[in-house]
Amino acid sequence: MTQTLKMSVAAFALMASGAWAAQDSIIIGMQLEPPNLDPTGGAAAAIDEVTYANLFEGLTRFASDGAVVPGLAQSWSVSEDGLTWTFDLRPGVVFHDGTAMDSADVVFSLNRARAEDSTNAQKALFAGIADVSAPDTTTVVITLDAPNGNFAFNMAWGDAVIVAPESVATNATQPVGTGPFRFVEWAKGDSVTLERFDGYWGAAPALTRATFKFISDPNAAFAAMMAGDVNAFPVFPAPETLANFDADPRFSVIVGSTEGETILAMNNANLTDVRVRKAISHAIDRQAIIDGAMFGYGTPIGTHFAPHNPDYVDLTGGSAHDPDMARALLAEAGATDLRLRMALPPPSYARRGGEIIASQLRAVGIATDITNMEWAQWLEQVFRGKDFDLTIVSHTEPADINIYARPNYYFQYDNAGFQALMETLGITADADARTALLQEAQKMIAADYVNGYLFQLAKTGVADSRVEGLWQNAPTQANDLTGVSWRAGP
Amino acid sequence: MIRALGRRALSLLLALIAASVVIFVMLQAVPGDPAAFMLGMNASEDAVAALRAELGLEGPLVVRYLAWISGMLGGDFGTSYTYRVPVAELVSERIVVSAPLAVMALVLSTVIAIPVGLIAAARRGGAADWGIMGGTQLGIAVPNFWFAMILVLVFAVKLRWVSAGGFPGWDAGLWPGVRALVLPAIALALPQASILARVLRSALLDTLDQDYIRTARAKGLSRRATVVRHALRNAMIPVLTILGLQFSFLLAGAIIIENVFFLPGLGRLIFQGITQRDLIVVQSVTMVLVFAVILVTFLVDLAYTVADPRLRRR
Repeated sequence: MTQTLKMSVAAFALMASGAWAAQDSIIIGMQLEPPNLDPTGGAAAAIDEVTYANLFEGLTRFASDGAVVPGLAQSWSVSEDGLTWTFDLRPGVVFHDGTAMDSADVVFSLNRARAEDSTNAQKALFAGIADVSAPDTTTVVITLDAPNGNFAFNMAWGDAVIVAPESVATNATQPVGTGPFRFVEWAKGDSVTLERFDGYWGAAPALTRATFKFISDPNAAFAAMMAGDVNAFPVFPAPETLANFDADPRFSVIVGSTEGETILAMNNANLTDVRVRKAISHAIDRQAIIDGAMFGYGTPIGTHFAPHNPDYVDLTGGSAHDPDMARALLAEAGATDLRLRMALPPPSYARRGGEIIASQLRAVGIATDITNMEWAQWLEQVFRGKDFDLTIVSHTEPADINIYARPNYYFQYDNAGFQALMETLGITADADARTALLQEAQKMIAADYVNGYLFQLAKTGVADSRVEGLWQNAPTQANDLTGVSWRAGP
Repeated sequence: MIRALGRRALSLLLALIAASVVIFVMLQAVPGDPAAFMLGMNASEDAVAALRAELGLEGPLVVRYLAWISGMLGGDFGTSYTYRVPVAELVSERIVVSAPLAVMALVLSTVIAIPVGLIAAARRGGAADWGIMGGTQLGIAVPNFWFAMILVLVFAVKLRWVSAGGFPGWDAGLWPGVRALVLPAIALALPQASILARVLRSALLDTLDQDYIRTARAKGLSRRATVVRHALRNAMIPVLTILGLQFSFLLAGAIIIENVFFLPGLGRLIFQGITQRDLIVVQSVTMVLVFAVILVTFLVDLAYTVADPRLRRR
């Protein structure tokens, strides 16, 4: 009797342990559900987080350290004048539906992305392409309007993955790519399941099955992680609980950096006096924001560039926390009774950070009116309508300092010198020359105090301590599972 | 009686039409362009305009309203902007989670509330009554999401009896599906049961004061028989009203519980639709819910005529 009881209790406990994953499958938690699964048809980062490197591949791709490595193109070369790029495709690549991948598919994908009516969210990546042609099945020749040293980097983005004309119409719900995993099912609102693809051209991944579970509520994420319902949560939404996971040997906390420069954007068309912008920059205490809003995770930045990038220049000294200087500057500019409107989108770095900045500004005599808004409203009012004074947002595209060359971008910085600098950078291929130009660019936007540069967003994730190979940094927003495996043993 | 019911049905139909107009107009006034949201910060103006045309966001209001209504009458609830699948498909995927959850919560709350309310009314003023009043007060005051989180921490994290949330799908079997809904149903049922118990108790107290109860007792009927056979039936009307309201609330109002247990239900669908400016989903799903509420109201009216013979003669 006791034996049966023990057996049934054990069986019940086994059943009841919920999503106990076998050693070759993994359950990854994500906060936002992707609206669809076609990375070439939408802007949501969540799409790339599920599909990049797992389902779809491009000519090139990002490695975990941000380096651009060969993808579907095993090598490439540039002509002397920098206008013609020739990509050598790998032979024997097949899509998940069995059709072969060849140069015709590459031509199709690139032409589709740069078409007049394309809904690709990053059309700018393809804008400089004049012509795409396929002299044979494994070679693609791309002719540019002007030299672009960044072209291989551009082709590594998720928006530039290669798709097949046979399956492209249904990619949003039934993605068909060339990646090491193939799509199994999407239980909307709940999860997406992928399985290892046996026809993959490269090394087979260690995992046979991967499930992405969507859990938006931070408390639910904490409970799911603790209960073992998910094995890893690469971008964990409840940073205040990280100490719990750190202290528990069952889990490991993975802290890395992202390409997200978090800035206090200032509407340069309203705040025209550089002394006022300088005053605001000096009123801000970056470490207080990092500690108060981000629980200590984040690296201060002095300009719009990622600190982990070798070309970074540390300019935080030029906008160090100095309330006295801020007050002096405001008095000098005659702006002693400022009342500014701050629009804050949903993320906590904005909502919490905004409150902290408002109190720091109040200490130097600037009053702020805070409006919390959702993304859709922020996009319409702040981003398109430019109807704001201050806002806080994190720019997560890699190497995006060139947004300061767009006078119509939402913060409306119009500096011909900077625009010329960016044009020169666009056609420069030599590494040392590029470094010098990038450093000059960083100094220029810091000296003009275009925006308040706060910190680089950290990537804080939690995982079962037996999981290995998860990306620590996020050079692009992706969950590359090709190198992930479970460590054998307890 | 048929005429009375017919009149009721007509007024409910008019309410349905009025609701559709209000929903449609309100959603057009909401700031935020769905196409711009979907394409993000780096999209060009042309791409946004192309998407707007593709989604059918241009054109006169009246034409779009009529197109939507005629579509719904034909069973076509439109295509979701975000997911690019028919809204009907999304609703049917979500309703198989929300409806069973609502039914489970309702059954649970009824099963708890009726005996509790009966005992409290039968032993009015006694220790049991005071205990029950205090307990129901607590049940109403405690926020159901907080209670839900406590349940998760105890039963999922500490005891590992159930998973912390999520829904495996009915394909995985009846028992796994029900097990995933047990904790959410308990969290939803608690405040509902408390309200129901109190309503039942006060309705019973009213009926127990009536003369015919005294007559029944005088005739020799036992206390229990009097309460169950006579008092309870007459106290059912307010209870039926509350049950109808509760079912409507449970169907879509469980959004917070769905969030805590990350269940793919109707409440979360609407919430995500609002954040993503997926107007067609919000419009159509709200209409589905309005229709469900109106249907339940009508059924409750029918149930009144069954419970109260006085209503049948009119």
